[in-house]
Amino acid sequence: MIELRNVTRVYGEGASEVRALAGVDLDIQAGEFVAIMGASGSGKSTCMNVLGCLDRPTSGQHFFQGVDVAPLGNDARALFRRNFLGFVFQGFNLLARTTALENVELPLVYRGLGRRERHEKAAAALHAVGLEGREDHTPAELSGGQQQRVAIARAVVSDPTVLLADEPTGNLDSARSHDIMKLLKGLNQTRGLTILMVTHEQDMAAYASRQIHFADGLIVSQHAKAA
Amino acid sequence: MLWEAIKLALRTIRRNVLRSILTLLGIVIGVASVIALVTLGEGTTTKVTADLAKLGSNMLIIRTGGNAPGPPQANEGRSFTSRDVDALRAGVQNVRGISPSANKQVNTVYGANADNVTVTGAEPVFFTVQDWSFAQGGPFTDAEARGGDAACVIGETVRREILAKDDVLGETLRVGTMPCRIVGVLAAKGQSAFGSDQDQVIVMPLRTFHRRIAGNTRISTIAISTNTADDMAPAQAAIAEILRDTRRVARGAEDNFSVRDMTQLASTLSSTSGVMTGLLSAVAAVSLLVGGIGIMNIMLVSVAERTREIGIRLAIGALGSQVLTQFLVEAVVLCLLGGLIGIALGLGLARLGATLLDVPYNVDLGTVLMSFGFSGLIGLVFGFFPARRAAQLDPIEALRHE
Repeated sequence: MIELRNVTRVYGEGASEVRALAGVDLDIQAGEFVAIMGASGSGKSTCMNVLGCLDRPTSGQHFFQGVDVAPLGNDARALFRRNFLGFVFQGFNLLARTTALENVELPLVYRGLGRRERHEKAAAALHAVGLEGREDHTPAELSGGQQQRVAIARAVVSDPTVLLADEPTGNLDSARSHDIMKLLKGLNQTRGLTILMVTHEQDMAAYASRQIHFADGLIVSQHAKAA
Repeated sequence: MLWEAIKLALRTIRRNVLRSILTLLGIVIGVASVIALVTLGEGTTTKVTADLAKLGSNMLIIRTGGNAPGPPQANEGRSFTSRDVDALRAGVQNVRGISPSANKQVNTVYGANADNVTVTGAEPVFFTVQDWSFAQGGPFTDAEARGGDAACVIGETVRREILAKDDVLGETLRVGTMPCRIVGVLAAKGQSAFGSDQDQVIVMPLRTFHRRIAGNTRISTIAISTNTADDMAPAQAAIAEILRDTRRVARGAEDNFSVRDMTQLASTLSSTSGVMTGLLSAVAAVSLLVGGIGIMNIMLVSVAERTREIGIRLAIGALGSQVLTQFLVEAVVLCLLGGLIGIALGLGLARLGATLLDVPYNVDLGTVLMSFGFSGLIGLVFGFFPARRAAQLDPIEALRHE
């Protein structure tokens, strides 16, 4: 479903040039749960940004369901993110002083859904991540684990094809981390949601069906877990 | 989408009430001053025009002294004489009345009360020419005028302050050294456009005035009212010709008298107060500009503060144009709020000012709507740069922003 073909991403020019991705080839099938690992500076985050259409490769092709999305303009990529992707970040990135329900509604606002439909879908998404009854709480009134659940609800409320999670457990303790991973694993299995997750924790990567290791802008090893 | 943006903007403004109010101050002051100044300006113009109408319509006022600037010339201050008046009576066409008069400030006494009053010596036609009406009694008669009788007409202030009673016809008051019988009381006219009390007056026959008050036969002013407005210009020309002859003005020399058209004076005064209103409004417009810069400043701060929020919105699929709209709407809503407060404040100030200055309080809806629209325009103009900056943020950078 997703193919990267000889993707490079170069920052800066001349002597200060940094090759964050040095020609990456990657294939991801629908329904996979992929953990992307590597030391900091290995290129895993850049790869994630490219996969999430937040960043544009310097060269190479990025196919999504057979379409090369690498050359698309800003607005086209925004629409692509809106319609096919969901994001979960390490720092939760919820809107402050805005209720959980409103946070989850946000992607639907940009999709142009009516108020009633937004409410229903957002409430259902919060229910699915186990936060019913917390709809009116603001992020400041929720624990880290709960905030990340809100973020996951926000990411999946628009029924994306792919969920991109950038160190989703980076700010959580071990117990909370495992809860979040179980939630993601559940979404992967019950909905067939394709999940791409950056992590540096082996325990978390173990939930994935495939692990990819980055070093110096290249994929150095991949191994699939026997299903 | 727009409605969502407006709701979002209102919420953001509510979260920073104090900051929003301080930001709006410039707009509020600007709009309030425009509204107050324009409203008071209109009121003043209306009042001046109405006051001048009270002075009489289709009226020409002839005074000694030329129109030319500079020091007085020889002959210039010379008064008019009955010969001048007779010549005018004979030579000017389509005239409703020609009224020569002279004035003097005279101490006037009744019982224990005394005050300085402008005493005017005139003929009965004076009241017709000036369009003055009576509250009690009427003008002195032609016979009284010819006989130089001590009959006088008093203004409302004289009745109220010096006589201090309602029924004054037939009473005698002392004007200077002369006792004078009251035959009429003028209807109140209030303050003139120049601020003097038009009711602090006594009018008596010109002959009486000359003999008993002035001690000479000088005439300082001749008022002429024509039948229609169209008769004004020919009358003005005729007057100039006649008086240049009777007052012996050499060919080519400046007039040693002036003929003033009161209607002209009215329009001059109106345009003067219009210019003042315009100038003050320009100052107010500068304050609106400063207000706009304030808005831009605070919107830039707002964009910087909410960089992460913008990043989130962009990541989950907001278009640059949607982010632009959001911040633009916020700036416009902020400015419109300022406009509303400014309009309320301005109308309040105008109301207060109108009461204090005793001018009519006429709200010009057009000005109000224009100020409101202009506030929105300021939001649009000064909000655009910060909004565009928000829309052009790189989502990755924005998300990383602390």
